Amino acid sequence: MLKLTNVTTVVGGFPAVRDVSLEIKKGEFVALLGSNGAGKTTLFRTIAGVLKPSKGVIEFNGKQLNNLPAHKIVMLGLSLCPEGRQLFPHLSVYKNLMMGAYTRRNDHKGIQLSLEQVYELFPILKERKNQLAGTFSGGQQQMLAIGRALMSKPDMLLLDEPSIGLAPLVVQKIADVIKNISKEMGTTVFLSEQNANMALMITDRGYVLENGKIVLAGPSSELIYNETVKKAYLGA
Amino acid sequence: MAVRLFFKEKWFYLLILAFALTVPFLVPGRYFFQIIIMSCLYAMATLSMNLILGYTGQASLAHAGFFGIGAYGVGLMTKAGISFWAALPVSALLAAFIGLLIGLPTLRTRGSYFAIATLCFGVIVSIIAGSWVSLTGGYTGVVGIPKPTPIPFPVIGKLSFNSLTAQYYLVLAFLLLTLFVMHRLVFSLQGLSFMAIRNNEALADAVGINTFATKILSFVIANFFAGLSGGIYASLIGSISPSTASYMLTFNWLVYLLLGGVATLSGPIIGAFAIPVLMENLQFLEEYRLLIFGVLLIVVIIFSPRGLMGVIESVWNKSKAKNPVRKAGGEYAAEGGKPDQAI
Repeated sequence: MLKLTNVTTVVGGFPAVRDVSLEIKKGEFVALLGSNGAGKTTLFRTIAGVLKPSKGVIEFNGKQLNNLPAHKIVMLGLSLCPEGRQLFPHLSVYKNLMMGAYTRRNDHKGIQLSLEQVYELFPILKERKNQLAGTFSGGQQQMLAIGRALMSKPDMLLLDEPSIGLAPLVVQKIADVIKNISKEMGTTVFLSEQNANMALMITDRGYVLENGKIVLAGPSSELIYNETVKKAYLGA
Repeated sequence: MAVRLFFKEKWFYLLILAFALTVPFLVPGRYFFQIIIMSCLYAMATLSMNLILGYTGQASLAHAGFFGIGAYGVGLMTKAGISFWAALPVSALLAAFIGLLIGLPTLRTRGSYFAIATLCFGVIVSIIAGSWVSLTGGYTGVVGIPKPTPIPFPVIGKLSFNSLTAQYYLVLAFLLLTLFVMHRLVFSLQGLSFMAIRNNEALADAVGINTFATKILSFVIANFFAGLSGGIYASLIGSISPSTASYMLTFNWLVYLLLGGVATLSGPIIGAFAIPVLMENLQFLEEYRLLIFGVLLIVVIIFSPRGLMGVIESVWNKSKAKNPVRKAGGEYAAEGGKPDQAI
């Protein structure tokens, strides 16, 4: 479904992502692990078209994404949920969700269906649909950000560090929902995380990014016992 | 409850409309009536400025430039014998088109850079108006612009625009048209995408909004209505000069907008009426009037960044919170908040 071949992205003269090649098949649930500054966010922003790769090819469903602007990529069914719970803080919860469905704005029935689905995943969003998004707590904001990304009915969802800055209990809740999105809704999910423990518990397989390069790849059940991963991320 | 509230609001608006319709019978004199007519025109300009500056969060300071383009368009065309009703839309479209050309390079800049770039364009318009003597008549301007062409009616005869009352109803009709279009826009998904850009442009991009095209659209619509109000101005006042496109006008509208309430529909109108009327009543203070407005502006920006309407809204919301039964229903009830990055 998503295929990257030798992708390099230069940010401010520095190659933050180097020669990355990876492939994700339909329905898979894949983790991208890496510490601070490893290039996870840069890689995601490159895939979503916010940044342009300086080298390499990005393909999605056989279509080359390299020169497409971000809004066209969303229309192809690839949705990015950016790092740091990006919301429209002065718009209501409901309006935030509606903006998520912007690319399919004429599909009123479908939007209503997606809305019901998101409300089912996150009942709190329905309860507080008229509240301004900026007044939400961190965990609620992350739920709204994920909900909004789902409103575009993506074939593939890129989740950039959804656990960042959240309490352990909330992280668990978010993890459950993401698993739900992958297993029950059948959405292909690419999850970037520093919280390797959480990510490897729920995903099928993973990539490890270090200094912009992929240094390790394999099934999550194996990565969790890998010595390098243990040392770097699991504190063992 | 929501239904009852709707009716209440509807009656409230009808009351205001009824009042607006009876204004010609209430005004004390011609001079004051003239001020009211000008306020209607400036309310149109301020409302359209609110679209790009308030709702979309891009501080365009070229607004008087586009007002001037509309004014010169109508002035020159009607003097050449073209009907006002043809010249007006053509001039407004001209302003919109020039807006498109100017927007293409300037809207690639952000924040204060956009404000500076558009301010420059606004100043350039009035310089061109003063220097292109063969077309615009230079700094003496264009005089003797005919009043709007009378509209023929089959039975009653012609509706001409020589009386102030007729002129008032003309501008009131256009003000209502502007308000109607803005209302439809703001409460549509398109309007929501304007507010999304103001709220978080990077995220707007990520959810699939073509942010550049959306900003251009907002800019072009705003400039269309700026040109429209300028065109009516030229025809009613009868003479125009480079000062018609002066940046001072832009700043006047900015003050109306900030004091009335940025990113609200009623704010610009309240500002455009209240401030000129206040200015007239404070005539005796001469230049010191500006001092009052300076202080007032600072106070408002510090304590109520959303102007007078912001105060009213927060009082309203507080009373709603105290009395939860009176919750305003509807999906769009929670309005799109404070303009975080406008100016």
